Amino acid sequence: MPTPSSTPETDTTLADDHIDRAGESPSGPRLGVVGWLRWGWRQLTSMRTALMLLLLLALAAIPGSLIPQRSSDPNGVIQFDRNNPGWAWAVQLLQLHDVFGSVWFSAVYLLLFASLVGCLIPRIRHHAQALLAQPPATPRNLQRLPAHDRRRVDGPPEDVLRAAEKELRRQHYRLRRLDAGGERSIAAERGYLRETGNLLFHLALLAVLVVLAVGAGYRFTGQRILVEGQTFASTRIAYDSFTPGRFVTDAQIPQFTLTLDRFRVDYVEDNLNALGMPRDFDAQVTVTADGTQQSSSIRVNEPLSVAGTDIYLLGNGYAPTLTVRNPAGDVVFSDSIPFLPQDANLTSLGVVKVPDGLAKQVGMIALFYPTRATAPGGASYSSYPDLLDPVVTLDVYVGDLGLDTGVPVSVYSLDTSAMTQVAGRGTASPALELTPGTSAPLPDGLGTIELTDIPRFASLDIARDPTQAPTLVAASAAVAGLALSLFVPRRRIWVRVTAHGDQTQLEVAALARGDDPRLQSAVDALAARLETASRPPGGSHDPLP
Amino acid sequence: MTPFLDALSLLLVYSAIAVYAAGFIAYTLDLARRTAPRPAPAPAKERVLAGPATMPPAPSGTGEPTTEPAPGRSKAIRVGYALTVLGWVLHVAATVLRGVAAERVPWANMFEFSLTGTALIIGTFLAVSIRGRLAFLGTAVLGLVVLLLGVATVSFYVPVVPLMPALQSGWLVIHVLVALLATAFFGLAFLVSITYLLKSRRHPEQTTRLQRLLEATPSAEDLDRLAYRLTIVGFILWTFTLIAGAIWAGRAWGRFWGWDVKEVWTFIIWVLYAAYLHAMATRGWHGRRAAWLCITGFAAVLFNFGVVNVFFTGLHSYSGL
Repeated sequence: MPTPSSTPETDTTLADDHIDRAGESPSGPRLGVVGWLRWGWRQLTSMRTALMLLLLLALAAIPGSLIPQRSSDPNGVIQFDRNNPGWAWAVQLLQLHDVFGSVWFSAVYLLLFASLVGCLIPRIRHHAQALLAQPPATPRNLQRLPAHDRRRVDGPPEDVLRAAEKELRRQHYRLRRLDAGGERSIAAERGYLRETGNLLFHLALLAVLVVLAVGAGYRFTGQRILVEGQTFASTRIAYDSFTPGRFVTDAQIPQFTLTLDRFRVDYVEDNLNALGMPRDFDAQVTVTADGTQQSSSIRVNEPLSVAGTDIYLLGNGYAPTLTVRNPAGDVVFSDSIPFLPQDANLTSLGVVKVPDGLAKQVGMIALFYPTRATAPGGASYSSYPDLLDPVVTLDVYVGDLGLDTGVPVSVYSLDTSAMTQVAGRGTASPALELTPGTSAPLPDGLGTIELTDIPRFASLDIARDPTQAPTLVAASAAVAGLALSLFVPRRRIWVRVTAHGDQTQLEVAALARGDDPRLQSAVDALAARLETASRPPGGSHDPLP
Repeated sequence: MTPFLDALSLLLVYSAIAVYAAGFIAYTLDLARRTAPRPAPAPAKERVLAGPATMPPAPSGTGEPTTEPAPGRSKAIRVGYALTVLGWVLHVAATVLRGVAAERVPWANMFEFSLTGTALIIGTFLAVSIRGRLAFLGTAVLGLVVLLLGVATVSFYVPVVPLMPALQSGWLVIHVLVALLATAFFGLAFLVSITYLLKSRRHPEQTTRLQRLLEATPSAEDLDRLAYRLTIVGFILWTFTLIAGAIWAGRAWGRFWGWDVKEVWTFIIWVLYAAYLHAMATRGWHGRRAAWLCITGFAAVLFNFGVVNVFFTGLHSYSGL
């Protein structure tokens, strides 16, 4: 072990040490291709490289937390791209919205695991040999070992050795008896589990990687927004979005139908510091699968298992039902439209598109306030998430909704480039305002619009992940292996006896592999025990002097 | 009832901070006494040289001449230790009362997390102190805790509110408690590593105040080993935190790993400490560089708590601020 003072003072600069080391070998004889490959492999599998790769992995993960990721924060990605157009080329080139699937991040962890495999194979071979081998012979100079004890004990050497054998066997040591020219000794070793645990830990990490890589192909998630009263039959096209793994076929999509009967929210009303905070979300559903129907509920931490998949409650909000009539009074549009919540009090934003039935195509950008309040400046906001004083306000546009171009259009956004605003901020007529059961005329005599009802919607995630169980098993194995490798002491103990008159000269010494806080005390305890055991029966039973 | 218990809990927190501050002063007085120039440096020198060969002798507390300042436990240290125990009792009472007031575990937002976390740091410090000599860390530990607890009370305090639905799970108890414990061990390892770095920096000829101060600490080798032992416990706990968090995420969000900001930083911290463990077994990295890694690891832990919770948006936005 190098003394701390021998390390150079430039200990924070990680790179130059690395370069030093790489520069060592070119001075040797010329290497052929095989030689270079072997040299490269040896470099890759060295502990120092593993350490560098670990540090690199930590560093490489940081951008994934600073820049929004497509997998965890799709809205953040859109916003980031809008706010930072100058960064688009870098984001594109370095896959910064997909850091954890990017080429460079993958390169780091794949190199790390390659290094790990290269390191593990010889270690497994070595450990297998060690498991079969006898403990190494007793060294000549026991007092040079890190832990050592020497004392005189009563009784003949053979008795002392036998007692030592018995004691060490009790402590699960592997024993070997040695007789070399009148000098008798025992070599003992224990703690093979330390290395076994270490190997298990690393193999389990490999297993996690393999399970995740292979399992990704069999995983799927689908999202679906369901308004109270609506039913959804699980088929690929019925999902709002569906992300299947490579090997998922339509036949594997579970067959069930799900009705959202009611979405119940409990609000905190008895604590002024948390007034209006949701206490409980409860999606009460009826599920039909395999011909049986059952009612159950889905809560945030309590997913529902149906037909081999789990259904999670991820979000909720209001879906006001709006009814549009033409000037003759005929209903041309009536639908519950999920509004996207904008804040904790559920001020929500929605888009209404009425393509047919009126003189012109009509689009509306609507804001919904469950409990409308007015700020001193005149702006509306919601002051409570429950329906105490619900109001919908609508900005109205007429023109081309852009639905006929064949390009898919989001239901949550309105492209106003081919439309004219006819009501709302910036126009002559004010925004339409609706309370439940009331209706308002659309501008230009187009018709009327009514707020019929305000049901809630639940946003559900339907997922199957066959990797969960195997990953958990591997991860648990990793923890078990880690604990073994860090806490099981690997020790070699030698006991040597030499006759000294009618007494015996006893020498005990030990060597540890890795950190072993109790090495010396183990030696002391063994020697003391042998001393006590060697006292002739019936003699003094005094404790040690 | 709840507001009353909450207020009482807060009062106890303030009291604990005051007592800790007094303990901090006691430990600092002890350090000051050690750094004072000594008329006869010879016996002190001998004591230091005897240090590295073996583990420090078991604390005896008896047989020391009373006229000379005892090398082991001075009066100031005993006062400091007693004050720490007293402060800790108040601190634990505050934490328990907060839990009773909220009718749940007291670690559901940043204030409560800081409250429980610092209680665990002190608890771990007191527990480890029984076995080995950690008095040299008293100033640092109490200083750190007074600082953290002060910041938490001033900046993170929120009145008791019920749990939001996302946190209503048994995993809140396990996942966060284990994370707290891991943080406590990492925190102590961090302080030991800093001491190690100071100690292993050699100015052979000068006898600076700092050097005299460091004579009170165990040998560099012992510090290195102590930091390692604290870290391996922390590392296993952190691994468990990560796995428990993944299981909970699987229950609540339908996926067990999604590279959420907090997940990313948990991963980074895990990798940093894994690097530390490898460094301890690598020639040329053992010692000072490993100690720097240990410090970097805890800096990441603090960042994950103080910065990621407050300034990053993600699924773990439970700071309650």
